[in-house]
Amino acid sequence: MSGFIRVVDAVKTFGDPERGGVRALDGVSLEVARGEVVLVIGPSGSGKSTLLRAVNRLERLDSGGIWIGDDEVTAKRADLRRIREDAGMVFQSFNLFSHMSVIDNVTLAPRLVRGTPAREALEAGRAILERVGLGDKLDAYPRQLSGGQQQRAAIARALAMNPKALLFDEPTSALDPEMIKEVLDVMTALADDGMTMMVVSHEMGFARAAADRVVFMDRGRIVEQGTPDELFASPREERTKEFLGHIL
Amino acid sequence: MTNGRRAAGIAAGVPWWLVLLVGLGAIALGTALADASYRVIFGAVARGFGVTIGVALASYAASLALGLLLGLARSSRLRPLREASTFYIELVRGLPMLVILYYIAFVGAPALAEVLNGLLAPLIRAGAVKAFQARDFSFATRAGLALTLGYAAFIAEIFRAGIESVDKGQVEAAHALGLSHSQTMLRVVLPQAVKNVLPALANEFVAIIKDSALVSVLGVQDITQIGKVYAASTFKFFETYNVVAFFYLCMTVSLSMLVRALERRLKRESAR
Ligand SMILES: Nc1ncnc2c1ncn2[C@@H]1O[C@H](COP(=O)(O)OP(=O)(O)OP(=O)(O)O)[C@@H](O)[C@H]1O
Ligand SMILES: [Mg+2]
Repeated sequence: MSGFIRVVDAVKTFGDPERGGVRALDGVSLEVARGEVVLVIGPSGSGKSTLLRAVNRLERLDSGGIWIGDDEVTAKRADLRRIREDAGMVFQSFNLFSHMSVIDNVTLAPRLVRGTPAREALEAGRAILERVGLGDKLDAYPRQLSGGQQQRAAIARALAMNPKALLFDEPTSALDPEMIKEVLDVMTALADDGMTMMVVSHEMGFARAAADRVVFMDRGRIVEQGTPDELFASPREERTKEFLGHIL
Repeated sequence: MTNGRRAAGIAAGVPWWLVLLVGLGAIALGTALADASYRVIFGAVARGFGVTIGVALASYAASLALGLLLGLARSSRLRPLREASTFYIELVRGLPMLVILYYIAFVGAPALAEVLNGLLAPLIRAGAVKAFQARDFSFATRAGLALTLGYAAFIAEIFRAGIESVDKGQVEAAHALGLSHSQTMLRVVLPQAVKNVLPALANEFVAIIKDSALVSVLGVQDITQIGKVYAASTFKFFETYNVVAFFYLCMTVSLSMLVRALERRLKRESAR
């Protein structure tokens, strides 16, 4: 099985390495197959966000390479627009455009980036919002929505560009407990539909229900990976055991 | 709520300084209408009203446009743009407005005529246009240009602050959706930035109304200049400057109150 997303020996340093700079990624290699759901876990500062952000080039690598399908993300003259159409991103803090209604949030990128006619974008946006359970919130502004609703709207916004893969960076960490499920349900449905997903999250329920593979990172490296059952039930590495002891 | 209680509620919210100001204004107006000499002064000074408003409005509109460009350049990713804009802003903000005014009027305008003549040299030789001379630019135009160049620097800093006040996450989300830098700036950052600094921008209009009085040093017939000339010829300094002050206060105080109302509304809106 060849990877749809391929990360090869990714290295990323923040600041001056001579003077206490941080190696956020210290030689990470990872492949994600089409339709696969990979969960990335690890302690704070282990490089999970940096890895995700490098995949759609919100962050540039010092060395190493990343490909999505045939597109070389890390190429010097990479077509950024195309890379962002390949992989959509969902953030911990939603980042909905606060001056726009939900439907405008969803239709902005298709109209601007794809040149989709407004009416067509509206119809498509309406259908996608219906799918995430926000069919009645088209004209609401982000500040009028609960956290869970905002995150579902953010997922709809990413989906509106028809991405081949979705990257989730702690999508439920900013949510009150009672709203986590509604977001995870949407994500699980996406996984069931065959969406390729990289998810940074420590939600064990989601891991068991939807993840094909769990990757444990520490200090910029992948320490260990396996199916959820393997990794949670019988971790091999000491560091993995210790970390799981904290979160399970 | 009964009408009486509502009126009391509104009255409780009215600040004392405003009551005092409006009271004094009413007294001034009353005296003026009763007193023949005040009536004459009012009529005279009022002839400068259009010039004051015109200079202020035109300079404000132009400095908004120039300030926006400078503010965008100031927060640009391109270093030369950033440095050039910063250079301009620091330079202009370091000069008294009065000096800018003299400089543009007596150095800038002749230089501008030279530059235009240079650019249009072929047309001028062909006789299609007449050569420019410094006096083709009226002193009102030069004054407006000076205010524009000066205020653009302040307004650029306001725009920059607005741009910086927008959450970085908004930019990342836009980039992650495939929007280009300029699309992100135009469609996501600027609308929010402008909204955040709307009161500050409006305050600059109040400031430019007051600074428009500086054009009087060039002999432009605004409220201040007319008042100055009138007072000097009639020796009615007290009455004349009362009237001049009255005109400015009518404009500035009412505008300041509008800005406050706007501020409150924006705050309510973002709290909802
Ligand atoms: N823009 C940045 N500038 C400087 N250092 C950064 C930057 N982004 C990340 N880092 C550093 O890189 C390391 C990895 O950060 P990263 O955000 O990828 O970790 P993470 O695993 O996502 O952590 P968390 O669980 O807290 O989100 C950290 O030490 C962090 O401080
Ligand atoms: Mg993170």
